[in-house]
Amino acid sequence: MSTRPALRRLLAAFCLGGLAGISLAQPSPARQQELIHLVRQDCGSCHGMTLQGGLGPALLPSTLADKPAESLVATIVYGRPGTAMPPWQRFLAEDEAQWIVGRLLEGFPK
Amino acid sequence: MKTVLHLLWLIAAALLLSACAGSLQREGGSAVQLRGTGDLGLVIERASGHVTLVNTSTREAYARVGGLGDLSHASVVYSRDARYAYVFGRDGGLSKIDLLEARIVKRVIQSGNAIGGSISQDGRIVVAQNYTPGGIKAFDAETLELLAEVPAEYAPGKFSKVVGLADVPGNRFAYALFDGGEIWVSDFSDPKKPLTQRFPAGQQPYDGLVTPNGRHYLAGLFGEDGIAMLDLWQPELGARKILEKYGKGEEKLPVFKMPHLRGWSMAAGRAWLPAIGRHDVLMADADTWRERGRVAVKGQPVFVMASPDGRQIWVNFAFPDNGWVQVIDTLSGKVVQTLQPGKAVLHMEFTPRGEAVWISARDDNRVLIYDTRTFRQLGSLTAEAPSGIFFTSRAARIGF
Repeated sequence: MSTRPALRRLLAAFCLGGLAGISLAQPSPARQQELIHLVRQDCGSCHGMTLQGGLGPALLPSTLADKPAESLVATIVYGRPGTAMPPWQRFLAEDEAQWIVGRLLEGFPK
Repeated sequence: MKTVLHLLWLIAAALLLSACAGSLQREGGSAVQLRGTGDLGLVIERASGHVTLVNTSTREAYARVGGLGDLSHASVVYSRDARYAYVFGRDGGLSKIDLLEARIVKRVIQSGNAIGGSISQDGRIVVAQNYTPGGIKAFDAETLELLAEVPAEYAPGKFSKVVGLADVPGNRFAYALFDGGEIWVSDFSDPKKPLTQRFPAGQQPYDGLVTPNGRHYLAGLFGEDGIAMLDLWQPELGARKILEKYGKGEEKLPVFKMPHLRGWSMAAGRAWLPAIGRHDVLMADADTWRERGRVAVKGQPVFVMASPDGRQIWVNFAFPDNGWVQVIDTLSGKVVQTLQPGKAVLHMEFTPRGEAVWISARDDNRVLIYDTRTFRQLGSLTAEAPSGIFFTSRAARIGF
């Protein structure tokens, strides 16, 4: 049981690493804090601060499990036309979006 | 015999006295001070499940109440005696707080995911609006016992998230269905058997408001440019679109936060509304509902709130412009003041007669108090990630 989160993390890392060969540069610790704050507070205005959903869908590991990491990253960066999801590329680099998706898939930090 | 009777009298008198004294004692033994609640209110601390109780005369916090669950996007309505606050939490929690005793008197979990609520004209029914399961639920305002529910099933097996719930005269509630594209009006004259009327409205209504006189219900549309309006005095006419295509030919900006339509946004014979996806406040004539112009502002408006006298409109903005607040003078239709109260301004609330406005700055963990005439800061108080600010003057307003 205890190996499952680790496995999932490995899997997420593998999927992300496979994304068109984009490097897996980790945001700096300070930037990670900013990104966590952004997700909880600003993404949270539609998805809920606890990410259990609101006007937008829930962003919990269980609800995202069947969605390809690549498309989740694209959703963050480019938005989803026809829905209320805006593109966040003004505020996020693609590898930062990848880092966010990786964290969402394993259970987002507080 | 005489002495026994005398003794009995003494005991009875002592009991009576202690009972009287008891009614003035709280559990902890401290006496409850007799006072009104007209200058009280509360501030939501969204991240920690607390509310801070405040006094707008002394401009101070006087108590803090916790254990309220997930308060992100929480909202509050007041009992008609303005003593009790009903707090609607994001996690479906509905808590009734006594402002005088500073404690929770009743709390229920009424749904999985809620977005706010309202209280009936007669003050007896509290209604919550829910995302999951989509619909509204009515509760006895005294006991929080469930009275009735109206699932927002807009097509067989399809349930919509409910937004923009507002109480309207006749113990009715108006609300909009985000997924269903309709405005519904439920009549709770018989609290256990509500009757619901449906009106097609437009694509993705995201919030609603009722005008201060309770006549017009407006639902802002996200899926198209325009606002759906239902005249509740003549519901048979159906909902019609106003301010249609207000951004014709212009590219809509990405929306990083949905605007809110709450607040008195009727002032100087006009309705003042946030333009979605644009850096504008829209003005509509309150008689004809035709566009009367726009005011360019610093970002995408979230709250567009008229002061109680209608002279000013205070506006805050969506991320990333959420450090600013602008003030529009309704006589000239111009921005007359631009303030930077703090980081991540989420809400503003006027004191009952509008001499001051309280502003929450979430990321600074502060509530700032401004003079509405001089725009000088009058004070501030500390609160943990403050969001909504709600004063008891809401108790007497239609639409809250």
